[in-house]
Amino acid sequence: MIGYVVRRMLWAVPVCFVISVITFGLMHSIPGNPFDKMDKPLPAQVLKQLMAHYQLDKPVYMQYLQYIGNALQGNLGPSYQYMNRTVNEIIAGSFPKSIVLGIMGVAVALIIGVPLGIVAAVRHNTAMDYLSMFIALIGVSVPAMTMAWILIWVFALKLGILPVARWGSVQQAILPVFTLGVGGAAILARLTRASLLQVLREDYIRAARAKGVTEWIVIVRHALRNALIPVVTVLGPLTAGMLTGSLVVERIFAIPGLGKYFVESVNVRDYPVIMGTTLLYALVLVAANLLVDITYYWIDPRIKMSKN
Amino acid sequence: MKPNSGLWRDAFKRLAKNKLAVSGAVIIFFLVLVAIMAPLIAPRHYSDADFAAVYSPPGALYPLGADFLGRDLLSRLIYGTRISLQVGVLGALSAFSIGILYGTISGYFGGNLDNVMMRIVDILYAFPDLLFVILLMVTFKSGYGGEEAAKNPLVLGLVAIDKQLGGMMFILIGISVTSWVGMARMSRGMALSLREREFVQAAKAQGAHDFTIMARHLMPNLVGPLLVSVTLAVPGYIGTEAFLSFIGLGVDPPTPSWGAMVADGYQAMRSYPHLAIFPGLALAIVMLSFNFLGDGLRDALDPKIKQ
Repeated sequence: MIGYVVRRMLWAVPVCFVISVITFGLMHSIPGNPFDKMDKPLPAQVLKQLMAHYQLDKPVYMQYLQYIGNALQGNLGPSYQYMNRTVNEIIAGSFPKSIVLGIMGVAVALIIGVPLGIVAAVRHNTAMDYLSMFIALIGVSVPAMTMAWILIWVFALKLGILPVARWGSVQQAILPVFTLGVGGAAILARLTRASLLQVLREDYIRAARAKGVTEWIVIVRHALRNALIPVVTVLGPLTAGMLTGSLVVERIFAIPGLGKYFVESVNVRDYPVIMGTTLLYALVLVAANLLVDITYYWIDPRIKMSKN
Repeated sequence: MKPNSGLWRDAFKRLAKNKLAVSGAVIIFFLVLVAIMAPLIAPRHYSDADFAAVYSPPGALYPLGADFLGRDLLSRLIYGTRISLQVGVLGALSAFSIGILYGTISGYFGGNLDNVMMRIVDILYAFPDLLFVILLMVTFKSGYGGEEAAKNPLVLGLVAIDKQLGGMMFILIGISVTSWVGMARMSRGMALSLREREFVQAAKAQGAHDFTIMARHLMPNLVGPLLVSVTLAVPGYIGTEAFLSFIGLGVDPPTPSWGAMVADGYQAMRSYPHLAIFPGLALAIVMLSFNFLGDGLRDALDPKIKQ
């Protein structure tokens, strides 16, 4: 177990390294410099000073090595756009909001999706099943920008019971969290249903029923334990979906999270902010996948058997 | 000799009985027609601005209303079909072709080659797709504005093609570069298990070339499952384009992308709610259709799942 965890964690190192190289390389292969999009062209002397100040006049590999050296010590450098803020400060201010949004999104997805899938599987081939799966299919297909529009229009503009945008209070969180979670809920519902249907056909379920266990206990105690294993694996990709979803949701609901800074930095070529946010996103994704793999390894004894 | 016609004909019959899948296919077919005939059926050109009609509500002159520049919403919606479908189709093509080749080679040969190829896939898999596409977009898009770029004939050529496509080329490249990774993983897994099957062993024993085995014995068996996955992935590609255009990193204005139209609609949401809802629903409908079709294909190709 420990060996496996360590191996998986070590694997994250080359992944992050390659991601940082690709990002850095792509960014610096853009002709021109980060300051040529200013309203007025800068005087040559000022530009030279700026380039020297941010060490952009050095060879790219030197810049990269220096950046990585600093990053490993926890210093992600200054922002070019917000002249008096560091990337660390920007991330410290915005990342917690994105994390809260993302975790609540995953929670909503689990709370809606898993029960919906269970109901559909238990009531297989009934109206209940078809209705749940139809809802789930719509949930998968409606993009966040459309979902958010409908939610805002109904709950904020027509009914006036929830605020249109911004972040800070519980009421303000409801619409963005729901927008973010509903797609994941639909995916989870479909997966839970498929997995549970498969498990319900197993012999040990028939054995449990034959010995007179009530249907409720059969589902909860015998079937769900195994049926939810594939659901765990999808939590990794789901986290990735939350990341990209948060870019849209943060924009629509004017939430000052990491997504806002990422999109903004990309537009103005704020190199250190692009690097910092991309690396952070990648790290979150790698960590989520790692967590999922470890959980999977831990809950499914068959994997341990096959590895040895 | 048609070795697979039985399987495919059966699958088609099952598909034809699935109402949702058929309705999905019909809607997609209809949208393809709309996209092809856009110049004929659109009442106006998508960039015609009528300043007297700014924000006009749905009516006789503008069936779905007009946007903030007085452009006909229906016409923009019709032309927008082109963008979404092109992205979907090209994304699917590259995902399918690169994925099946890469995965089959990796799975069939196994060993060190497989190891190296799959580690590459693992790394790409960990790279957040959308971030990668955004970085690509920015690199190329801001790239050709500079003076150095203007002297390079290759860059100029790419810029010309991109202009022709309404700024879509780099979206297509970005989606192509990222979309095959999952498909490659899947193909490799299947190739790995097929490799051990008797019919492959028999072909090997007869002295069939590796290339023949892959092309004749492995890939045809991967087409079905991959077709299902790719169909189900198309809404994702369409969503990516819409998303990029929504945040302003997608197509160049005035090219009518549904995502960009939704974004425009949000600007005037309070007073003119009709602006965002039509493109938003169009997106949902096209994505729903592909999901219907993909689900139907899966049930049709693997009847064991549905009982």
